[in-house]
Amino acid sequence: MTTTRSPRAPRPAARPNRQDAHRLALLESMLRVRRFEERCVQLYSAARIRGFMHLYIGEEAVAVGVNEALTDDDAVVSTYREHGHALARGVPAEAIMAEMFGKVTGCSRGRGGSMHLFDAGRRFYGGNAIVGGGLPLAAGLALADRMTGQGRVTCCFFGDGAFAEGEFHETANLAALWQLPLLLVCENNLYAMGTALARHQAQTDLALRAAAYGMVSWAVDGMDVFAVEDAARRAAEGVRAGTGPHFLEMRTYRFRAHSMYDSDRYRDKAEIEHWKERDPVEGLARRLRDAKELSDKARTTLEDRLAAEIDAAVEAAEQAPEEPVEDLLKYVTSPVEVTRP
Amino acid sequence: MTTTHTRVAEATAPSDRKTTYREAMREAMREALRSDERVFLMGEDVGRYGGCFGVSLGLLEEFGPERIRDAPLSESAFVGAGIGAALAGMRPIVEIMTVNFSLLALDQILNNAATLLHMSGGQLPVPIVIRMTTGAGRQLAAQHSHSLEGWYAHIPGLRVLAPATLTDARYMLAPALADPDPVLIFEHGSLYNVSGDLPADAGPVDIDHAAVRRPGTDVSLIAYGGSLPKALAAAGDLASGGISAEVIDLRTLRPLDDATVGDSVARTHRAVVVDEGWRTGSLAAEISARLTEQHFYDLDAPVERVCSAEVPIPYARRLEEAALPQVDGIVAAAHRAVGEPVPTGANGAERQPVTGRSG
Repeated sequence: MTTTRSPRAPRPAARPNRQDAHRLALLESMLRVRRFEERCVQLYSAARIRGFMHLYIGEEAVAVGVNEALTDDDAVVSTYREHGHALARGVPAEAIMAEMFGKVTGCSRGRGGSMHLFDAGRRFYGGNAIVGGGLPLAAGLALADRMTGQGRVTCCFFGDGAFAEGEFHETANLAALWQLPLLLVCENNLYAMGTALARHQAQTDLALRAAAYGMVSWAVDGMDVFAVEDAARRAAEGVRAGTGPHFLEMRTYRFRAHSMYDSDRYRDKAEIEHWKERDPVEGLARRLRDAKELSDKARTTLEDRLAAEIDAAVEAAEQAPEEPVEDLLKYVTSPVEVTRP
Repeated sequence: MTTTHTRVAEATAPSDRKTTYREAMREAMREALRSDERVFLMGEDVGRYGGCFGVSLGLLEEFGPERIRDAPLSESAFVGAGIGAALAGMRPIVEIMTVNFSLLALDQILNNAATLLHMSGGQLPVPIVIRMTTGAGRQLAAQHSHSLEGWYAHIPGLRVLAPATLTDARYMLAPALADPDPVLIFEHGSLYNVSGDLPADAGPVDIDHAAVRRPGTDVSLIAYGGSLPKALAAAGDLASGGISAEVIDLRTLRPLDDATVGDSVARTHRAVVVDEGWRTGSLAAEISARLTEQHFYDLDAPVERVCSAEVPIPYARRLEEAALPQVDGIVAAAHRAVGEPVPTGANGAERQPVTGRSG
């Protein structure tokens, strides 16, 4: 493969033959993220969840589409806006909800909260709340795979804000230099917290800049789950084939504020409404309905099932015990006693 | 401070195992690379150049570029990559040229290496070893000379080691690599050329405890790293004046071995802490505070501290020497502690201010 100038993507050889079931599964996966987070908002307002909480609403197609290109053996490194990545990866809603409740059954035993979800068994290396901080780590996971000859992919999510961090540029250079099996997925939602892309980047074509490192790189419509899936499959294929890191700029948008503390004064309401017309979840639902693959009744059934799943997660989180205070210092260092001379 | 044990490490049995501190570190890495295929060395100029200070010279030829990995000047990326590789089951040794440069990787060391295990509820141990040079004394000025190991010793989740002897240089790496958690090793730049014989019985080092390097009865000189030779020289001077100084090598800066330090002070009743870090907020401050908390009634005199002047380390030799703890200053502090007049002409005869404007 040659380096591709953004935003022209390499054309997929053939569009994957998406069966009805697969399309419905994508919808379900995105809808799970959407409904889960809507519930989180309620719980946050009710003071059941505290701390910083960053919603992914509007960006669901990216996590769900990219996950389609990954296997269970691959690794995922995420950001503080990670509920969608974790759910798409298969981290149970119950473990995530319990984490946000600060309970011992949470996926980080209540030590991480919304921004720091981890699941080592699923190779979900969690939320990094330092913008760009997950990138070097992801390069290291990929380096280990390369050194041990494993055909695995490490997928690292990060935002457009990370493009202003040295850690992105250091990692991009290192990964390209060493041809690491790394899939870099930039979720360009046009804002680094409250600062618009054009106000924090001299050159706003991020895929173009990534290409300058010698990576195969292109921009993708991040509001279209099929486009995301196609691009991610193609990029992951390239990574697996040993052609080094690949970069995808997912052009997307968050419908909600940066975090629960954000009054969203820096965006034009018309801009938000414009992007909402391209809602990835309702857009897909509409397409499936028009194609007669999703009846109103089936939609209701799906919604009911997800609501029940989330109800159960909330109930379990409510009932779960908290970590005893005596265990505060547990895991600062490894509990495993090593044999020392 | 519960137990009573005096560890006189570095047994003096002579041997024909002539080495230098630099060669001892290299041999430690060679042994690790040979015995564990998960081990690799990564850093700036560790391969073709042979290491900024020559520590890894020859390892590239023996182990190849995959395992002796020259990295671009991207401290954050290659330290973070070491952390990621450790998460994936490797046992990386990451070399950073100097502690001043490590600040470019501080995000990875603090926010990832030290934090991931706890923040993940115990799921993600990070078995990485990060080596770096520290300290002054070579006229390298303010961006290559600082002693910031005390900052790292502030951080829960890290183990911080400061090998000061040939034996520790040779045998600290193996237990550091066996530790499931991140270990930082600080090598004082003035020690690389120290040469001598490895004791015949030298072997794996206990990285949980400080060591008594010279037994004594009148005052405890508590030092580590590049300050240890100075503390030992001061003890020699003091002995000729009739003062018996015990010299403690902290060796592990986190977690601190309260027992060995406290046991010594409980016997000598006087303490002088020697620390090349700046006095304010230093390791010396921490040790002094612990002695006050735990041994207030054992102390016959205030704890003395001999630290670097509160100034960016300057280039000019006279100024640099004046900025650093020196033997004279340690001797003077010990005299103050035991309540004897300070010999005339000794530097640092005045007790230095605890804080205040620089200079």
